[in-house]
Amino acid sequence: MDSISTELQTPLVEFRDVTFGYGARAILDGVSFSVPRGKVTALMGASGGGKTTVLRLIGGQQRAQRGEVLLDGVDVGGMDVKTLYGARRRMGMLFQFGALFTDMTVFENVAFPLREHTQLPEPLVRDIVLMKLDAVGLRGARDLMPSEVSGGMARRVALARAIALDPDLVMYDEPFAGLDPISLGTAARLIRQLNDTLGLTSVIVSHDLEETFRIADHVIVLANGGIAAQGTPDAVRQSTDPLVNQFVHALPDGPVHFHYPGVSVEDDFGTVHGGRS
Amino acid sequence: MSFWNPADVGYVARTKLADLGQGARLFARLVGPGASSLRRFGLVRDQIHFLGNYSLAIIAVSGLFVGFVLGLQMYYALQRYGSSEALGLLVTLSLVRELGPVVAALLFIGRAGTSLTAEIGLMKSGEQLSAMEMMAVDPVQRILAPRFWAGVITMPLLAAVFSAVAVMGGYVVGVLLLHVDSGAFWGQMQNGVDVWKDVGNGIVKSVVFGFTISFIALLQGFAAQATPEGVSRATTRTVVVASLAVLGLDFLLTAMMFSI
Repeated sequence: MDSISTELQTPLVEFRDVTFGYGARAILDGVSFSVPRGKVTALMGASGGGKTTVLRLIGGQQRAQRGEVLLDGVDVGGMDVKTLYGARRRMGMLFQFGALFTDMTVFENVAFPLREHTQLPEPLVRDIVLMKLDAVGLRGARDLMPSEVSGGMARRVALARAIALDPDLVMYDEPFAGLDPISLGTAARLIRQLNDTLGLTSVIVSHDLEETFRIADHVIVLANGGIAAQGTPDAVRQSTDPLVNQFVHALPDGPVHFHYPGVSVEDDFGTVHGGRS
Repeated sequence: MSFWNPADVGYVARTKLADLGQGARLFARLVGPGASSLRRFGLVRDQIHFLGNYSLAIIAVSGLFVGFVLGLQMYYALQRYGSSEALGLLVTLSLVRELGPVVAALLFIGRAGTSLTAEIGLMKSGEQLSAMEMMAVDPVQRILAPRFWAGVITMPLLAAVFSAVAVMGGYVVGVLLLHVDSGAFWGQMQNGVDVWKDVGNGIVKSVVFGFTISFIALLQGFAAQATPEGVSRATTRTVVVASLAVLGLDFLLTAMMFSI
């Protein structure tokens, strides 16, 4: 009993003082946070703020330059290829536009991880695939090609594929980008529903404030290489930090400037304007 | 960018070395131990069908026309010396030793090499390769390696088809149109073409070309920038680099085969 409760308390993913950058530009600078088990955690922040990088670090596609990225207490950056592939089998990732394999049908896409990683007999593969497709409402679309489904449907297929191997952790990279209001609502509801019914831990990277705040248990706002705020959606909404305030209320100017840095207005247009001395 | 600035020269040298290293690593992963494609031959078989079958029409039609032209040109040259009976021999020798492997390889670059590069590049830009990695499946073993081995196997087969069809083309022009003696056409060919030295050399060449073209096409696609411009540039580079490699290697191989 004790071991179960401690397991529930330890976070599934933990960042400890992680630094990562491309060239001289640091995207994450000494970032520490944890992703609680069984919850929906949202990573928010301006474009280029390192949100997707966080997902890539968890998945081991990038390695932290300093610090540790712990998955169930094991540093992802220190894993050899075999262990890393083992760890990835416990993760599902939903890419921004689904990243479906364009030469396979919807059915084959969802069956792909099962066929690659298991020796299940064909009738069982069929049943699992149809169950996963049913969970995202696309059992009827099994024979379509990715080019024949809409953007929202493609993402749902990708979601079915991501949960095909019953992962512990599902990561969503911009699941709401470019969706119409109906698909957007469906996607949000699905993420919440799957998280609760399958006992997953979910990490969402998103810009969409309203939808994300509605389904997230825990929100982390990344800005300027660090964490500007974290907590429940309500706590973040009420944050007094000017940067978080600008982000949450979608203000055009604030700590994140509207104008791209350059020479001053005076230098470009002159200080004396026509008609005025 | 100036070539006398040491920093720029260093930068160029470093990026070129990095590219070279990336290529070598990909090559090692494609052919090295742990290459799983031979264990999953079904994947290779599908690609052989895709690369071979769809290149067959262009190879056969081109072969026919090359055969026609060879028949005409060789006849023109040979009849000056009154030895037009040697037409079959000359057409076949030039085909199996040289033109078959080289022209088939150039056509293969245009038809299959470009489609390989574009396919891999688009999979990369659509994050399909990343998605596969995140599913704990190595895209090099699952996607690239079967295509590579399929290219290596398909190229000699296509070159053989090309040469065979072209010989038929030469026969049509030489025997049916220009009335070279049919018996002499085939008889001289049978006597003069050595299976090991002539046909064998051609096969070795086309295997080497298949190796080279598949590797260059896959590397260009795999290393392409994940944007539409990146993919189109990579496709162009495949044609340029692979064509030059084929022609350069052809000279080297011919020189080596002469010395043996």
